[in-house]
Amino acid sequence: MHITLEDVAADYKLGPIRHADVLVHVQAVFRDKALTAVIGHTGSGKTSLLKVLTGLITPTQGRIRVGDIMVDAQDYSASHHKAIRKKMGLVFQYPETQLFAETVEKDIIFGPMNLGVPEQEAKEQARELAIKVGLDPKLLAASPFSLSNGQRRRVAIAGILAMKPDILMLDEPAAGLDPAGRKDILSLIMNWHREHQLTTILVTQDIDEAACYADEMIVMSEGTVVMQADTREVLSDPELLRAYNLESPRVRVLQEKIEYRAGIKLPRVCITIEELASALIEAGLV
Amino acid sequence: MNKLLLGRYIPGTSWIHDIDPRAKLASGVSLIVAILSVGHVYTTAVLWIMTYLIMRLTGIRVRTYIRGVKPLIWIIVFTVVLQIFFTAGGTIYWAWGPLTVSQFGLQQGYLVFTRFVLVILLSTVITLTTRPTDLSDALYDLLRPLRLLRLPIDEFAFMLSISLRLIPDLLDEAQRILDAQRLRGADIGEGSLLRQMRSLIPVVLPLFQSSLNRADRLAYALEVRGFRQGIRRSRFRRFRWQWKDTITLSLVVLFTLGLLLW
Repeated sequence: MHITLEDVAADYKLGPIRHADVLVHVQAVFRDKALTAVIGHTGSGKTSLLKVLTGLITPTQGRIRVGDIMVDAQDYSASHHKAIRKKMGLVFQYPETQLFAETVEKDIIFGPMNLGVPEQEAKEQARELAIKVGLDPKLLAASPFSLSNGQRRRVAIAGILAMKPDILMLDEPAAGLDPAGRKDILSLIMNWHREHQLTTILVTQDIDEAACYADEMIVMSEGTVVMQADTREVLSDPELLRAYNLESPRVRVLQEKIEYRAGIKLPRVCITIEELASALIEAGLV
Repeated sequence: MNKLLLGRYIPGTSWIHDIDPRAKLASGVSLIVAILSVGHVYTTAVLWIMTYLIMRLTGIRVRTYIRGVKPLIWIIVFTVVLQIFFTAGGTIYWAWGPLTVSQFGLQQGYLVFTRFVLVILLSTVITLTTRPTDLSDALYDLLRPLRLLRLPIDEFAFMLSISLRLIPDLLDEAQRILDAQRLRGADIGEGSLLRQMRSLIPVVLPLFQSSLNRADRLAYALEVRGFRQGIRRSRFRRFRWQWKDTITLSLVVLFTLGLLLW
């Protein structure tokens, strides 16, 4: 499902006292069925972008179009935003902190039941999903509070996938996990994205991860989108990345070092280890 | 969720911001004594004006204070209505079975309303203009004489400062969980009272879980930094009592005595 944001702005009412502009003049397109990574340093507005898309914060300006539904800040309709929200699944940062039910199964079917899916059907789906996200089906009867953090995160992600969203949004899904755990969670998401041909938005601070998985990239800084292009184009420009306090992916740094030391120029910018390996072989360096 | 003003602090440079937290707290107590003991409609007018002037002096919009009263409005309305209907005496304007609306009832209702609202407004003035840590330090200083009675004043003040500090964090956390559950299709705050209470389970449970975790981590963090119960702690910031503190406190105490003797 295609998503466009035209000149969107939003501010937070943090209470009676604090007030903050979090998004200004946001112009962005999330292509249908593509995986778009949103990168940017802390406080650049990445999470707020997800919140304004899902209607958790109301836009004060601009238009958001999702498929054929449109939300216009000038003529705001909460029901339109609710309709959009139904198509979206948002996995928050540290989603394991939102589990509450007595059993893993009950937690996974909480969303589908709210949408009116019959209990039996929801339970069957929960079992399939548990296997998909790498949970032992025996754990379905366990209390979520008895699981490890990594397992709990899988439960939380299954709880969102169970709602069968058309658009999947993930806010730092791998934060706080060990390297093996990070890879597991991300390939789980990647598989789901490919298999269901979903439009997926991945918010991350890890440029290496974004380089591996994303088709397109959106770079955010100070509450606005400063660049949107395909992944290779964004990562080919180290100056730009540095300007927004982001590092180049490690593969790029390695490529630059090799090119400098060997005094050659490889024919293309490599953004994954595999690409670099084959470029080196082709150049006859290995 | 973010409407609660409790534990929030708005920095400023007003006279009220500037006076010593101990003087502020003692003045607050004195004024609250005045509010609670005044029983005459005319004297309450003086208190309303006084409170209004104090609120203006802080440089914070009066609207902000009124928003602080709002979350408690139903408790206030409930108490006032009870007072009006169940106090008899004086001229009776209306009666139906045991319910009467009498002159005394109306007076009593007005007094209860005044006491509630003024006490909330004045406490809000204190919490909004004083850093939570200053507030608990000041409270500690004022309660220190009670140590002679072997009451655990140090621990009490320390607990208070941690609690005050954590309120905004807890509210933010609650908001985060609320958002997450709403996105999973939970209708929070809709339907009958029973349904509303049930729908809060997905928010309250994770909140408890994370609060307990946080408390646990905090306890460890305190211990590794040498915290032990029952020992004397020194203080990083010290209060300095000035002339204007003496003047403020004296004026407020005189004002209170004046009202009480009126």
